[in-house]
Amino acid sequence: MADKAYLQVSGLSRHFDISDPFLARLLTGGARRKLTAVDNVSFSIERGQTYALVGESGSGKSTIARMIVGLERPDSGSIRFDGRTAFDERQGQVQDNSLRQNLQMVFQSPYSSLNPRWRVGDILMEPIRAFDLIAEPQARRRRVHELLDQVGLSAQDAQRYPHEFSGGQRQRISIARALASNPQFIVCDEPTSALDVSVQAQVLNLLKQLQRDLQLTYLFISHDMAVVRVMAHRIGVLKNGRLVEENAAGPLIDAPQDPYTRMLMESTPRFAGGGATG
Amino acid sequence: MAQGSTGGQITAGQQAGSQAGWRKLWSDYSESPLAVAALFVFATILFIAIFAPFVSPTDPYDLATVDIMNSRLAPGSEDFAGNLYILGTDGAGRDMLSSIFYGLRVSLGVGALSGLIALIVGAILGLSAAYFGGRYETIIMRIVDIQLSFPSILMALVILAIFGKGVEKTIIALILVQWAYYARAARASALVEKNKEYVEAAKCLALGDRRIILNHITPNCMAPLIVVGTLQTAHAISLEATLSFLGLGLPITEPSLGLLIGNGFEYMYTGDYWISIFPGIALLITIVSINLVGDQLRDMFNPRLQR
Repeated sequence: MADKAYLQVSGLSRHFDISDPFLARLLTGGARRKLTAVDNVSFSIERGQTYALVGESGSGKSTIARMIVGLERPDSGSIRFDGRTAFDERQGQVQDNSLRQNLQMVFQSPYSSLNPRWRVGDILMEPIRAFDLIAEPQARRRRVHELLDQVGLSAQDAQRYPHEFSGGQRQRISIARALASNPQFIVCDEPTSALDVSVQAQVLNLLKQLQRDLQLTYLFISHDMAVVRVMAHRIGVLKNGRLVEENAAGPLIDAPQDPYTRMLMESTPRFAGGGATG
Repeated sequence: MAQGSTGGQITAGQQAGSQAGWRKLWSDYSESPLAVAALFVFATILFIAIFAPFVSPTDPYDLATVDIMNSRLAPGSEDFAGNLYILGTDGAGRDMLSSIFYGLRVSLGVGALSGLIALIVGAILGLSAAYFGGRYETIIMRIVDIQLSFPSILMALVILAIFGKGVEKTIIALILVQWAYYARAARASALVEKNKEYVEAAKCLALGDRRIILNHITPNCMAPLIVVGTLQTAHAISLEATLSFLGLGLPITEPSLGLLIGNGFEYMYTGDYWISIFPGIALLITIVSINLVGDQLRDMFNPRLQR
């Protein structure tokens, strides 16, 4: 385990313009309005570890995830991967394919994250094509089969369309797509919140196993403390775009310091027998 | 879908998959017998229009075969040479049935061509407006709003008054009238699609905007565009007929159904009804059958009516 931080986020901020349209502002005399989604957030993730961002909806955790993978532009702050700059105020968003290739994302909804008109094989082939990873068609197909195998699906599934799969299987395809470009870092944006509880455990176990096998680093976004307990090495608690508490997973869950963290813990349903201890 | 459709070999699997898709499409479509009948009628009309020179009894525009002595023969009568005119002849002695067949060809051709170009133009503008958003979207969609606030016949009349008559000018006028409908439909469905996560996944691959729009968004927006396209083509055909009837659309040398109706109009009061009525009926059947097909497509692709 390396001691150096793999991902380093410092002073990250993002505001959204929620003003009325120009004409409406002109007519009503209303001023521009801003919403601060992410406010000066700093944290770092060690290689091969899982960092969980928790918080209720609207706390800015998804915005942070989207800024890290480059879907959203930060207003200020900096993001560094493995010593390389992905964003800072001077250079803006760095357009570097080898950087993008190392950052992939698993999305929340398994129903809208796969293009319904594409076969699974084509979906998994796209990252390989986009980054020109494998030139030879035969080798490409072998790689797709290998990816399907890695997430517990069969090679024949490459011929099928997403709608022929269940939610859990679709999430596996989504994970396989994220793995297709050989990334070192994967952002998981609530990957299990749309799944049945029984399927959730399978997907989480798959993610843990892949982390061990491929030395992946995860940023795990969730509002479900039971899930975070299983996955995270470190946890950051977000409230209204601000990091209110950050600690290693054990101490944070056992002895939360911030009242907001305590409130989040108490909102987790407890079952007899304490099933969710990881 | 059936599990059996995933064959071991790639080509076999692909064929089975797309065959099952077509079969599902047809079984959805054939739920309405009326729509099946309409499709059959439309296919027949299309066949006649494409092969007009071969299915027509005579060539109505070959001056050698047209005899002024045969003008305004009633439906079902024969001339001195023994030729039968099932739908009668017009004022110049041309066979009405053949004129209608040739007219269908012109009407359908102009309607389909203008519809197709308007679809492409409208889809490009609508999809890019939805995808890029911001000021670009506002400008395009306000132009669409302005365009759609004028009655299409008025727009077309103004455009033809400026440019003059002619086939290509009529087609241009029809495109300018129609593109806004496609742009609006394309934008509406692209707005839904572009926020779906598969588009964001594509963005994570550092793909270009054009590739994302073409490969990911466009295929998922085609269903509503096909529906609008079908209904809008029927509209274009009737609009062209109106313009030609008024003498503003196609020139005499390219007689469409509208022009045929217009030609017979002056004989209406003398009792020679067939010169106007039969092209009118042909136009009616064409438009109704296209509309019925379009309605059924709309119902098929409507998620709220899906079983």
